[in-house]
Amino acid sequence: MHELGIVKHVIQTLHDVAKEHDVRRIGSVTLEVGEVSGVVTEQLVDCWNYFREKDELVRGAPLYIETVEAVTFCTACEGTYKTVPNGKTCPLCGSTETYLLQGNAFSIKQIEAELNTDPPQNA
Amino acid sequence: MIRTIELKETVTASNDRDAAELRRELTARGLFLVNLTSAPGSGKTTLISRTVSDLIGRVRIGVMEADIASDVDAKKIAALGAASIQLHTDGMCHMDAGMTRAGLAGMPTGDLDVVFLENVGNLICPAEFDTGAHVNVMILSVPEGDDKPLKYPLMFQKSDALVVTKTDAAPYFDFDFAAVTRRARALNPGIAVFPVSAKTGEGMRAWEDWLLAERKRGRHA
Ligand SMILES: Nc1nc2c(ncn2[C@@H]2O[C@H](COP(=O)(O)OP(=O)(O)OP(=O)(O)O)[C@@H](O)[C@H]2O)c(=O)[nH]1
Ligand SMILES: [Mg+2]
Ligand SMILES: [Zn+2]
Repeated sequence: MHELGIVKHVIQTLHDVAKEHDVRRIGSVTLEVGEVSGVVTEQLVDCWNYFREKDELVRGAPLYIETVEAVTFCTACEGTYKTVPNGKTCPLCGSTETYLLQGNAFSIKQIEAELNTDPPQNA
Repeated sequence: MIRTIELKETVTASNDRDAAELRRELTARGLFLVNLTSAPGSGKTTLISRTVSDLIGRVRIGVMEADIASDVDAKKIAALGAASIQLHTDGMCHMDAGMTRAGLAGMPTGDLDVVFLENVGNLICPAEFDTGAHVNVMILSVPEGDDKPLKYPLMFQKSDALVVTKTDAAPYFDFDFAAVTRRARALNPGIAVFPVSAKTGEGMRAWEDWLLAERKRGRHA
C-alpha cells in the first residue's frame, strides 16, 4: 500500500526536522495534500494512527490534512481552470495544450512541537 | 509549551537527501547503479538476465532483486553466475535510498562495475522515491498497450530511458510504437526509447550501448 510508505517517510522527515529544530515532542502535524497527488487521505490517516504509536517523537499526535485545489493553465488561451472536473481539456477554449500549475504536491506544512529548551510539561 | 513550526517540506525530502548522498558515494567508488521499474510481469528480470549474459566479459554486473516477499527472481540471476541478492520490502510498495544502501552493503561491490536494482513491480510509488540510482529505466511491455504514458505520467517524467519489451509479441497486439514514443516525449523530451525483445534479442544492442555510454558519462561527471 502506497500510503504506508508515505507515512514512513513523513515520520523519517519529522525526525530530521526535530533534530534541526531541537524538538523534544511533536504535538500535531499538518500536511498539505494536492487534489491530484494520488494520495488517499482516509488511508493516510489510518496508517498515521497506527504508526504514531510506535514512535516516541510523534506518539498521540493528530494528523491534520489540508487539501490543495488542482489548477491547470492553458497555453492556448492563457486561462486557468479547475483540474478535477475538466482534466487536460481547457473548458474555456477546448485546447489540450495545458499543464498543471498546482495540486499534485504533497508536503508537511507545519508541526506543533515542544522544544528541548522548553520546561518539562509535568514538572 | 507548544509552539508552531512552519516547514513546507516535501514528504520525500529526507529520502531525496539520502539518495543524493548515496549517488555521490557510488560515483566516487566508480559503481554505476541502474534502477529498473515497471508494472508486474513486464519483463524486468528477463531483460536483466539477457543484458547480463550479453555483457559478460565487458562489465561486471551485479543484480539486486526487490520483491515484497518472494525470491524467485534472485535465483534466476544467480543461475547466470552473476552476483545477486534478494531484498524483501516487507510490504512496502517501493525501494527507497536507505533500503538500496542496505542492499548494496550485502553485495561484493568492490568487484562490480554496474548494479541493476529491480524495483518492486508498480508504476506509482517508485516514481516518487529516488533510490540513489544514476539512471532510471522504465520498462513497458507490448501487451500493456501504448497508452500507459497517459496513465502514469510521473514515471515517464522521472525515467531516463523507456525500454519497450516483448516486441516479438507486437503482431498479436495493436501496439503503436510511434504513438508511445510521441506520448513519452511529450512528458519527457529527453527520454531514450528502445524497442527490444529479450526473447529473440532484437534491439538489445542499442539498449546495451546506451547503458555503457551512460556509465562512461557518469564516471567523468
Ligand atoms: N515473448 C516475450 N516474453 C517475454 C519477454 N520478456 C519477458 N517475457 C515473459 O514475460 C513474463 C514475465 O517476465 P519477467 O521478466 O519475470 O517480468 P518481471 O517484470 O521481472 O516480473 P515481476 O518481477 O514479477 O514484476 C515471463 O513469462 C517472461 O518469459 C520478451 O521479450 N518476449
Ligand atoms: Mg522480476
Ligand atoms: Zn484554453
